[in-house]
Amino acid sequence: MTTLHSKIITAENLVAGYEGNIVWHDASFSIDQGEFVAIIGPNGAGKTTLLRLLLGLQQPISGTIKIFDAPPKRGNPQIGYVPQRHIIDNETTIESLELVRLGFSGKRWGFSLFSQNDNKAAFDALEAIGATELAHHSLNALSGGELQRVFLAEALVSNPNILLLDEPLSNLDMRREKDLLQLVNNVVRSRNVTALLIAHNINPLLPFLDKVIYIANGKVATGNPKEVLTSESLTALYGVPIEVLHDSKGNIAIIGIEDTHGHE
Amino acid sequence: MNSTAFSINLLIDLQQIFHYQFMQHAFEAGTVIAIVAGIVGYFVVLRRSAFAAHALAHIGFAGAAGSVLFGISPVIGLLVSTNISGFTMAILGTRAAHRDTQIGIVLAFMLGMGVLFISLYTGYATEAYSILFGEILGISSNDVLLTLVAGLIILAAVAIVYRPLLFASIDEDVSEAKGMPVLSLGIIFMLLVAVATSIAVQVVGVLLIFSLMVTPAATAQRLAKRPQRVMIIAILISLMATWLGLFISFYEPYPVSFFITSIVFSFYLFVRFVYQRIKPMESFSRQARKVKTFDK
Repeated sequence: MTTLHSKIITAENLVAGYEGNIVWHDASFSIDQGEFVAIIGPNGAGKTTLLRLLLGLQQPISGTIKIFDAPPKRGNPQIGYVPQRHIIDNETTIESLELVRLGFSGKRWGFSLFSQNDNKAAFDALEAIGATELAHHSLNALSGGELQRVFLAEALVSNPNILLLDEPLSNLDMRREKDLLQLVNNVVRSRNVTALLIAHNINPLLPFLDKVIYIANGKVATGNPKEVLTSESLTALYGVPIEVLHDSKGNIAIIGIEDTHGHE
Repeated sequence: MNSTAFSINLLIDLQQIFHYQFMQHAFEAGTVIAIVAGIVGYFVVLRRSAFAAHALAHIGFAGAAGSVLFGISPVIGLLVSTNISGFTMAILGTRAAHRDTQIGIVLAFMLGMGVLFISLYTGYATEAYSILFGEILGISSNDVLLTLVAGLIILAAVAIVYRPLLFASIDEDVSEAKGMPVLSLGIIFMLLVAVATSIAVQVVGVLLIFSLMVTPAATAQRLAKRPQRVMIIAILISLMATWLGLFISFYEPYPVSFFITSIVFSFYLFVRFVYQRIKPMESFSRQARKVKTFDK
């Protein structure tokens, strides 16, 4: 699976941040087609920054990042994106189908009603994540888990090769968390889509992951979770003692960097 | 106008009403404005820009008062001042969260200018009054024409930007990532609000602008889940309120804008507290259910 041709994202000596403020530096990694990748790390470590670089919403300070051998550009149709915050409040009575349809053809100028084709694409996307029954529900009536499924459908409707998901698990209880991860995993495996998912807690993701990107203290570690998330490798990378603890169920906790992860 | 009495025969009543040219003008302009306000108002509600619409109207007050001072038609002053400030607002605050303070600052300054212009104007105080509260019965045939042209421009513009604007209004982050020009769409939106506000001020005035730009769309949102339907319902509400308001004011010696604001408000109350109890939209009943399950 990991042949040279299947590399979909490559970063070399990548430095990211905003003017005069470097968030992290010297990131070099590659991600293959069809990999399920978690991006974890403390708050403010620059996880979303990586997604913004991939979306072309932000430029690297130095180094290179490439998607299919080309620098990222805004509006790349190969990317499906679920941002962290959607403004869904009591007043958002618009139905799910409408949002998913906009994800498919919201870029079209000029007055035209939604076509059969738009509808079909939207229903197919909803069906792919088992949410057709939500099509005619108002967004304000959906639970956190249902909303994330609709957002996922909105991201999938244009048939992307890469899915970028910014903290989709943040408001979900453990059961919904597992359901959603199972869904994303199905999408990744069945469509050979590459998914990058930002999460706070690595543990629910461990059974599904091919790779982890760990961002903390201005540095980025990448690789197989079993290899990267060990006391030795993290201590070597960060130059401070870091301990990775395991419990009997295989859950891990990373101790020694600001915020601890794990513990269920 | 009160010399004519209301009769049971509506046909005769309407004949009487349309016998007067000022009533014809009022109905013509009012109809165009109600349609435009229903559509633009939907985007105002969707983008949570009610405060921006409110501010534009107040800034328009300064523009209108200024143009009266120099002997120009207030509508011109309204159009110029609201378009300039709408454009500025859209450029200054690209993120919704930052807008309120900036808008508030400009709004306060412009209201101050308006007060100055009014005090400098040595004519009748009724000019200021009609800008603040609307004076649709005094609308000239030139104003009707201007309203019609402005209304058609708005409708054409909405038709062109409809889907991208809807997308950017509902899901700004995703539409930006998809390469949509969210800043330009924000500017176009504010210019639409500026023009719509300028013409709507003739009917309800600066202070009551919400009654046409916000209340009908906010009410309609509670009755439908699809944008086109919400807009159609919003148009129907504002049309009904405008027509009924004009009709009643022909017989009663109170301001049209009072009737319009009261009608849209009653409608809102009815939908919110009566209609939704009898026939709750699935979303609201689902919400109620959710609250219950959380309680357990």
